Amino acid sequence: MLLSDKDRIFTNLYGHHDWSLKGARARGDWDGTKALLAMGHDWIVEQVKASGLRGRGGAGFPTGLKWSFMPKTVGERPHYLVVNADEGEPGTCKDRDMMRNDPHKLIEGCLIAGFAMRAHAAYIYVRGEFYREAERLEHAIAEAEEAGLLGDDACGSGWPFRVYVHKGAGAYICGEETALIQSLEGKKGQPRLKPPFPAGVGLYGCPTTVNNVESIAVVPTILRRGASWFAGIGRENNTGTKVFCISGHVNRPCNVEEAMGIPLRTLIEKHAGGVRGGWDNLLAVIPGGASVPVIPKEICDDVLMDFDALKDVKSGLGTAAVMVMDKSTDIVAAIARLSAFYMHESCGQCTPCREGAGWMSRVMDRMVAGDAEIDEIDVLEEVTRQVEGHTICALGDAAAWPIQGLIRHFRPEMERRIRERRGAGTPAAAE
Amino acid sequence: MTAAKTIPDRAETPFAFSDANQAEVARILAKYPAGRERSAILPLLDLAQRQQGWISRSVVEAVTAVTGCPPIHVWEVATFYTMYNLAPIGAHHVQICTNLSCWLRGSDEVLRAARDVFGVGFGQTSADGTVTVSQVECLGACVNAPMMQIGDDYFEDLDYDSAKALFQAIKDGRPLTAGSQVGRQCSAPQDRMTTLTTDPTTAEGGRWTAPDSPAAGGSGAD
Repeated sequence: MLLSDKDRIFTNLYGHHDWSLKGARARGDWDGTKALLAMGHDWIVEQVKASGLRGRGGAGFPTGLKWSFMPKTVGERPHYLVVNADEGEPGTCKDRDMMRNDPHKLIEGCLIAGFAMRAHAAYIYVRGEFYREAERLEHAIAEAEEAGLLGDDACGSGWPFRVYVHKGAGAYICGEETALIQSLEGKKGQPRLKPPFPAGVGLYGCPTTVNNVESIAVVPTILRRGASWFAGIGRENNTGTKVFCISGHVNRPCNVEEAMGIPLRTLIEKHAGGVRGGWDNLLAVIPGGASVPVIPKEICDDVLMDFDALKDVKSGLGTAAVMVMDKSTDIVAAIARLSAFYMHESCGQCTPCREGAGWMSRVMDRMVAGDAEIDEIDVLEEVTRQVEGHTICALGDAAAWPIQGLIRHFRPEMERRIRERRGAGTPAAAE
Repeated sequence: MTAAKTIPDRAETPFAFSDANQAEVARILAKYPAGRERSAILPLLDLAQRQQGWISRSVVEAVTAVTGCPPIHVWEVATFYTMYNLAPIGAHHVQICTNLSCWLRGSDEVLRAARDVFGVGFGQTSADGTVTVSQVECLGACVNAPMMQIGDDYFEDLDYDSAKALFQAIKDGRPLTAGSQVGRQCSAPQDRMTTLTTDPTTAEGGRWTAPDSPAAGGSGAD
């Protein structure tokens, strides 16, 4: 069943309406915030747990559980909320819309989430390229301060709370939460070893929780409409609404908020105008941003768009960035492009990723041309396994998975190119 | 990809934050707790680059002076992040995304238009110094692909002709209109809304509170 507008959270996703405080209030933002805060820190955490909300930045970790790792009392070190707005996973462009068109949902979310984890400050780390979006956020924060919604007595709750925007400067790796903390501290964005986890030792060595923009921005609405409302959408363990980004070979690419667990085909055909040339012209889809493995049409036919359904087909929901490729796509070149991306973005800290991402990219370039031996496909697969799981952060995994997906589903195409390049005379090339 | 980062040579442009930017320096420093001035390195380098166009040794020294950090802390930031220019670039910076979503919808054509108008490709500056063209990774506007960033603005839903028209406008010194070049409203599907067609200030349009929510009693935050 498709979601109705009544159940959508981002009611100004496309910016048809006034994004400023006046417009946001007319849409219900900041309704009863004081009463929500009056319920106390732990009540908020429990509600978010009960809603089943899982992190919207890619990993899908339960948000309420993550918050509960923060210390229950504030000691010498202050607590921090950090919002990850370093949106850069190829295919993903949802946080941008939330920041430019619904900034008050994020700011109100910062207050509620920050209060829940006993923080008095939130930093929103916005990728540097989103200059206009950061500008708008700063404006919206100033409006909220002016109206007493933030400040020494935020919303009249007695809780001092401030929100700051910090701009990045161009580095995909800073989307990794500990690299983001490093960058916020003014350092190179190189991930930290975990443990210690940020909830123990995060920003400036203080207890910190890092959440994606969408994870924070949905919280006020969840508390207003009720945890059971959110939990009632989607499937068990995969609840709520989700903003999907549908790009590539579709007739009308778009962002859209839908129920978790919507069938991929329905999502594409109902909202994105269908695959260019019709469903049967579909070759493959990358369903969750560049880091998740590609799935071929036969899986796309009936797969559901949520964490568990996509995991079951050896892919992932990731950021819910759906990249659609029709039959005109050079699938090997497409994945090689992603390999080049990971080579470029590896921070260089861990050897398997720094060396492996470059090696994989160079081999992928040869695979595009078929300039390889058949058994090099196996070597390539083996190297992806050597990189995967052997690095501090998940960038190594992300570099490996697209190639694994390609080999899993399109090995015959890779072999065909190699045989073809060897020239006529071989049986495979004669077809 | 973007050109390799190199430390600028000694050829130097003296740099100091302008009077107007001094206030902004103070505003930036105030965002971070006392003793955490290092956090300001990224935004201060950005501010300096907006003033001077690139990060010179003298810029690094200015940021060092303001933050009290050793120069190496500033250098490692300046050389790690792709948005800092360690050499002067053209007056306009055209950054074309070539990652997957853009490539699938024709980013090669955007590059072709740049070559045809400016006579340069990725990593190059036009002979008259007006434009530097760069290849960049995903800029996060994928449902409006292909796209590029010029200065601070995004230009979306491009094809060869619209990209060429924009480039010609730069060349002729005419103003550019940012955003979708086919008239789309942000990331909405073109010409046919499938969602958000209900008035968002009404309950049916999403403004509602459950009767048992604590928020139901209050009217606003006051």
